[in-house]
Amino acid sequence: MAEEVYEKKILDRFSDALIAFLVKIITLFRKDWYRRNRSRVEEWKLMLYALNRSPIGIAGLVLGMSFIIVGIIGPIIAPHSYDFSFIMATGQYKKYFLAPPGTGGALLGTDDLGRDLLSQMLYGARISLVVTALVLPVGIIIGIMLGLIAGYYGGIIDEFIMRVTDMFLAFPGLILALALSAALTDRMALAIANNPYLTGLVSFIFAVKPNDALNMAQTLSIVVALWIVWWPGYARLTRGLTLQAKNNVYVEAARALSMSSVGIMTKHILPNILGSLLVLMTMDVGSVILVEAGLSFLFGAQMKIPDWGAIVQHGSQYLVNGAWWLVMIPGLAILVSVLGWNLFGDALRDILDPRTRRSIEFKVKKVKKTSEEAGEVSK
Amino acid sequence: MSEALVRVDGLKKYFPVGGIIFTKGWVKAVDGVTFEIRKGETLGLVGESGCGKTTTGKLILKLLKPTAGKIIFDGRDVTKLRGKALKEFRRQANIVFQDPYSSLDPRMTVFNIIMEPVRIHKIHVDDPEEFVIKLLYEVGLNETHLYRYPHEFSGGQRQRIAIARTLALRPKFMVLDEPTSALDVSVQAQILNLLKDLQRRYGLTYLFISHNLGVVKYMSNRIAVMYLGKLVELAPAKELFENPMHPYTKALLSSIPVPDPELARAKERIKVTGEPPSPINPPSGCRFHPRCPHATEKCRHDEPALKEVGKDHFVACWLYA
Repeated sequence: MAEEVYEKKILDRFSDALIAFLVKIITLFRKDWYRRNRSRVEEWKLMLYALNRSPIGIAGLVLGMSFIIVGIIGPIIAPHSYDFSFIMATGQYKKYFLAPPGTGGALLGTDDLGRDLLSQMLYGARISLVVTALVLPVGIIIGIMLGLIAGYYGGIIDEFIMRVTDMFLAFPGLILALALSAALTDRMALAIANNPYLTGLVSFIFAVKPNDALNMAQTLSIVVALWIVWWPGYARLTRGLTLQAKNNVYVEAARALSMSSVGIMTKHILPNILGSLLVLMTMDVGSVILVEAGLSFLFGAQMKIPDWGAIVQHGSQYLVNGAWWLVMIPGLAILVSVLGWNLFGDALRDILDPRTRRSIEFKVKKVKKTSEEAGEVSK
Repeated sequence: MSEALVRVDGLKKYFPVGGIIFTKGWVKAVDGVTFEIRKGETLGLVGESGCGKTTTGKLILKLLKPTAGKIIFDGRDVTKLRGKALKEFRRQANIVFQDPYSSLDPRMTVFNIIMEPVRIHKIHVDDPEEFVIKLLYEVGLNETHLYRYPHEFSGGQRQRIAIARTLALRPKFMVLDEPTSALDVSVQAQILNLLKDLQRRYGLTYLFISHNLGVVKYMSNRIAVMYLGKLVELAPAKELFENPMHPYTKALLSSIPVPDPELARAKERIKVTGEPPSPINPPSGCRFHPRCPHATEKCRHDEPALKEVGKDHFVACWLYA
């Protein structure tokens, strides 16, 4: 029998090229890499093939990636600044007061001040992206560290860490975040205003004008609040996975070699549970977007920044005027981003879970076999 | 007679049963075991499941903390070793586990698996790749396997990788914890021969733990029989098979299936009735007495000690006291 070769779809060729490119780049820095990691590269290819056979996963990936891309380049490609007002620029009050989508120059319409909704949305994407990028890594690192320690050492350490985690989990996250951000905002604003470097940094990462950096204090305090409510989920999951992983004989084998506990946790346990954590991380990107939008919706009236949640809040006052776009468009953006990451996370779980993974791989192979049979018949 | 490399003296391990705070009782997994392993020999340790064989092996390597007793390795008391000294000890003594499917980290390449002990012990190796390839050849693999992952190998090959990992530190003593019981019969022989070969080449000392009598007979110089956390008989392999003394050993040996039905019918069968008692509440006196065909009143009350009854042949039974 011929060697088993997977039948490739167009997407597979694309992912092959992607991996080949990646390998090339790594090889630039480490010459020996490919020879040593051929098995791993094959594994990556299989994973991508599996992903390619999950339309939902691809859809999620595309949506999720477009969220990231828009978040990065949005403020650059935006036709106007987020506080640009058509009314101020043209003086045509009647035309640009709550102008519906498509009105001269304003592709997605304008709000009550004549501001361009499209530009606001693009700047808002940056804010959402930055908040997600600030919240998740910290929550993940704290959660994973505590979870690993609790799960690995067990006993009293485990009890203590998990009871503290329970305390945080028992508290409604949104309310805790609300209280914290309410308490933190003023101090944060002061700190940003007093430190020119901080002003510059904040206005750079959020792509807002330096004058508005102060107004980002609200968003930043939401970030801090989310740090505090976000880690318990990871601590829980990591602990559970660690308990499972540490029963593997290879952990005992490493102990028999006198490997340190930290070594065992980072070199053996963490790499083996990372797959499951990755699924949660992916889905959490969506959750952070949603929670952040929710919080900025609640603070919306005080916020002078184009955050998606704040836009919805601001726009909701004009729903009675028939200005549906001010609510629908940001709402849709939130929906699509969250949905995208959730779908991708779902597909990722199928790919990383050995049980479903094999069935997907089997499907890949089967396609090949039937096409071979078909070839024989036609001969 | 060569000197002892490992001496175990009155080794005990009790596991608590019940909650963290309230202990309902103790599982006496190993309850006062004394024996020695001589340099260059293989000591077989047999017994049924749950009799404490594996626990004994892990206790010797300090993977578990003994409740009582002493472990002397190479003339040094290693019972209380910690930190650096323990690390040094583990460089000389290591273990091959039963299940090669879970003893290798699925996320590591063979190269990293075998290099791991070297890295942990910070041993300088000039050319790591060459070092690992040499070890792979020693266990019957080759350099094409170097950068593969464990799931790409069969059970036998995985066990070879596990053996190479333990060999990397050039230990003096290895605990082989049922190294072949998870493997196909056809592969078992290869692994056993490999282990014997390595022993000859490097003068290794083995503690060979198994429930498979045939395998133990093939591998061991001396055999210790365990029952419910205690040694019941210890004798040179040949002697034990030709002249088993303890009723439990006799029963164990007679349970080996004989392929020829004629011979099987002619063979004296000693049947043991009942289940092995719970190690939480072991029987008083001789632990084997509830199942022993020769049990007397004395067996119910007094515990027999391990006594030398023939040359190098120890039995713990009142029949021979």
